Amino acid sequence: MAQPRVLVVGGGLAGLAATMRLAELGIDVDLVSLVPVKRSHSVCAQGGINSVNALTRQQGDSEWKHLDDTVYGGDFLQHQPPVKEMADWGPKIIDLMDRLGVPFNRTSEGFRDQRRFGGTLYKRTAFAGATTGQQLLYALDEQVRRWEVEGKVKKWEFWDFLGPVLDEAGRCRGAICQDLVTMQFKAFAADAVVLATGGNGLIYGRSTMSMVCTGSAVSRAYQAGACYGNGEFIQVHPTAIPGADKLRLMSESARGEGGRVWVPRKPQDQRDPRSIPEAERSYFLEERYPKYGNLVPRDIATREIFDICTTDGLSVEKDRLCVYLDLTHIPKETLDRKLGGILEIYEKFQGVDPRVTPMKIFPAVHYSMGGLWVDYEKSGSGGLAEGSLRNQQTSLPGLYAIGECDYQYHGANRLGANSLLSCIFSGLFVAPTLANVCGAATKAAGDQTRLFDAEIRRHEERHRELLARTAGDENPYTLHQELGNLMTRVATVVRRNDQLTAAYNEACRMAERWKRCAVSDTGNWTNQNVVFTKALGDMFPIAKLILKGALLRDECRGAHFKPAFSMPGLKATDPEGKRREAEQWCDAFEANTRKWLKSTIATCGPNGDPEISYQDIDTSLIPPRPRLYGLVGGDAIEEAWKDRAAKAAGQVAEKGQPAGAGA
Amino acid sequence: MIKAADSAADLVHGAGGDGHGTARSVVRVRVLRQDVAGGESYWERFEVSYEPNMNVISVLQKIAAQARSQDGRKVAPVAWDCNCLEEVCGSCTMLINGRTRMACSALVDRLQAENGDEIELRPMSKFPVVRDLVVDRRRVFRGLEKVKAWVPVEGSYDLGPGPRISPEEQEDAYPLSECMSCGCCLEACPQYTKVETVRRDDESEADFEKRRKSAFDTGFVGAHAISQAVLFNAHPTGRMIADERMEALTRQGGIQMCGNAQNCVAVCPKRIPLTRSIARAGRAATVWALKKLFDR
Repeated sequence: MAQPRVLVVGGGLAGLAATMRLAELGIDVDLVSLVPVKRSHSVCAQGGINSVNALTRQQGDSEWKHLDDTVYGGDFLQHQPPVKEMADWGPKIIDLMDRLGVPFNRTSEGFRDQRRFGGTLYKRTAFAGATTGQQLLYALDEQVRRWEVEGKVKKWEFWDFLGPVLDEAGRCRGAICQDLVTMQFKAFAADAVVLATGGNGLIYGRSTMSMVCTGSAVSRAYQAGACYGNGEFIQVHPTAIPGADKLRLMSESARGEGGRVWVPRKPQDQRDPRSIPEAERSYFLEERYPKYGNLVPRDIATREIFDICTTDGLSVEKDRLCVYLDLTHIPKETLDRKLGGILEIYEKFQGVDPRVTPMKIFPAVHYSMGGLWVDYEKSGSGGLAEGSLRNQQTSLPGLYAIGECDYQYHGANRLGANSLLSCIFSGLFVAPTLANVCGAATKAAGDQTRLFDAEIRRHEERHRELLARTAGDENPYTLHQELGNLMTRVATVVRRNDQLTAAYNEACRMAERWKRCAVSDTGNWTNQNVVFTKALGDMFPIAKLILKGALLRDECRGAHFKPAFSMPGLKATDPEGKRREAEQWCDAFEANTRKWLKSTIATCGPNGDPEISYQDIDTSLIPPRPRLYGLVGGDAIEEAWKDRAAKAAGQVAEKGQPAGAGA
Repeated sequence: MIKAADSAADLVHGAGGDGHGTARSVVRVRVLRQDVAGGESYWERFEVSYEPNMNVISVLQKIAAQARSQDGRKVAPVAWDCNCLEEVCGSCTMLINGRTRMACSALVDRLQAENGDEIELRPMSKFPVVRDLVVDRRRVFRGLEKVKAWVPVEGSYDLGPGPRISPEEQEDAYPLSECMSCGCCLEACPQYTKVETVRRDDESEADFEKRRKSAFDTGFVGAHAISQAVLFNAHPTGRMIADERMEALTRQGGIQMCGNAQNCVAVCPKRIPLTRSIARAGRAATVWALKKLFDR
């Protein structure tokens, strides 16, 4: 391999950003994708992309505060150096996307406009209407097309990644992929392989994710030995439009632009919502969280909406859970300018105009915070050492992961408008690393042809075996629905150990049943049936690690909520009692932090069963503190916590003094 | 709470939609099928159970799951393209009741109101069929290459922000930038005709690729690419290679082929003002041709 060559799998924001930068660094790229890259799932991102900007800076914002919001919102479950690096890159990335022609909304002076998103008090989010993901993706797609014309990039669209190819030493030397039209197999030799294959929402049946988001590529890497991190952390978006084929996202920007969530105080009040007087409405997010209002972090908004429907029985409809998301108080012209795209989606799929009638929405599975475990190298300044071979590398040397399919940036809960940033950032940032991999002395010694041939034969064999399975009694599509129902029922908003235990066993049985799936198409031309069946089989190892991770994690953190292990608010009302309870609360919090502030690491054992271990988290930049959005007695806890933090800081300072300094 | 959570999940997963549809129990579909590229096409009928608020995608999902034709024969599932299911990725274009549109936003209730008892699904006719409803739309992306639909930036390193752009310019550009390359405008265009190239036995892949691209380039580039040329020629940096785009638009297959049928704008699912783009590009092409004439 004279000319360095990298294989990028997945052509969403992360994959395209990496491809563009690699081509610019003089490296040839093979870009493999299940769909034409312009049709990748990134197009579904609506609301915007976060970074500190000139305006927020003058209101006291900084990269450090962006880091702080991200780790606080993520309940401290992410290593902090990568997040710091990402926040530092934010302004540069927005500027770059601006230069590439993204039609960001503008102020009257012609600067980029910003809106507010959940989990922050600053207007940090740049946006292009309500189709920001689409616009960002197109800008990168266009640049990659330029490189394609130049001959630096070769696209393989409608190709499926079947697995990495590892040499005897366990280093990744390339991958085997399959042409989804001709069904032929091909080995891609590469100095490095980078997965940018997104989330795995289809494990939950219906979600806000696109149909390619099966998680199969990641599962195949995991089954080949790559570790998986924080699998149990799945973001359930508070506001989606329920549908028979898909749960369509209703962007957080609807609330960012002033949308209000409410339910009638009278259960299932059948009056026209517009005729229900203010006093008979419960704006429950604003009532319970006066500071953040409708823009509390996603896990909290989701839980409150879920709770008001299930526990309080205040769902707008009886047969179908939903609450109102109301924009009707905002001028129509403003809505069209800032939210046009998403309002059209609602109108098109529900046949109701949300400018006139409040929307009906409910939470839906939306984002995988967990993903392939990846490494990083910390720099002296607390960020990352650019170009280090370790950055974004999975536990398999030579195999890298970026974008939603890595586990690195969002901890236990992702803040809105941070995903587009993490995707573009990790894509750009991995490029110099891969360039160094190409230049390093890791070249394959000798001819690898036999290795590749053997791997192709293995995959061909598996494919043939599937095609021959016509007599089984299981239908892959029905089995997929069953898996989706199971996962949605036990591993989303509220989690309980008895249910998780039962569900894990059920998932194991389903994985066995999968082996009896019959294919209804035995041909070897655009056989979507066998491709889906294959992807379904690869969902089980991931489903199992999600369930196992959730079962073992006996605490509440971000999106992972187990009522049996929640820490209730304070009961006392007198100052002394309050303080005493606050101290106890802080003790419990500290004990829980010692026990559970750890990444969940899954490795794939026999039969696709996960082996779970835990890894400490680098919280060297911002010490973990209680996440108190709206908790009863939060003020007292915060006060007690601050005193402790000050005391701890004092001790550190004392220890740090040179001996005899006081003499 | 346990009980509530249980039933809640069932409710979430229950029938979606507002349930304002008719109380029909089945949906009948007629699909124009084709097993392989270049093969014969044939009709096959299917019947699936009705659900309120269902779209053509859920119909096709049900067909895949049952893999039986209306008369009960075991058949291979119908192949079709889709991804986002919310009309933003451009994958699922097909001819539904004779009209080119996206399968995800085609709601069964409305289709039945439109065409009585049966829904008719056909693959797009202006692109080579790969299988069933899947067509090869590589020519659409070739069109974007041809008109250099990109901002020619000098690398992706940090060089500060992009140019200042007025809200009016942004509001002009944004709708054009929503084009998802679905190909509806091309399907509906009388001037856009099918280009199908088949690889010769003795031809290398690279040679075939080259021949296919040049075959694409002889045909009409179509409204979508013209509109993208207009978009990038309006951008302060994009317009620095405006001449190259005009050159492409006035070559063979360029804007002169537009017959002004205005079908494109009528079928665009994103309601992009395509005829306005064509008019703008037409004026610019005239100016450019004159300039070229006098510069000689």
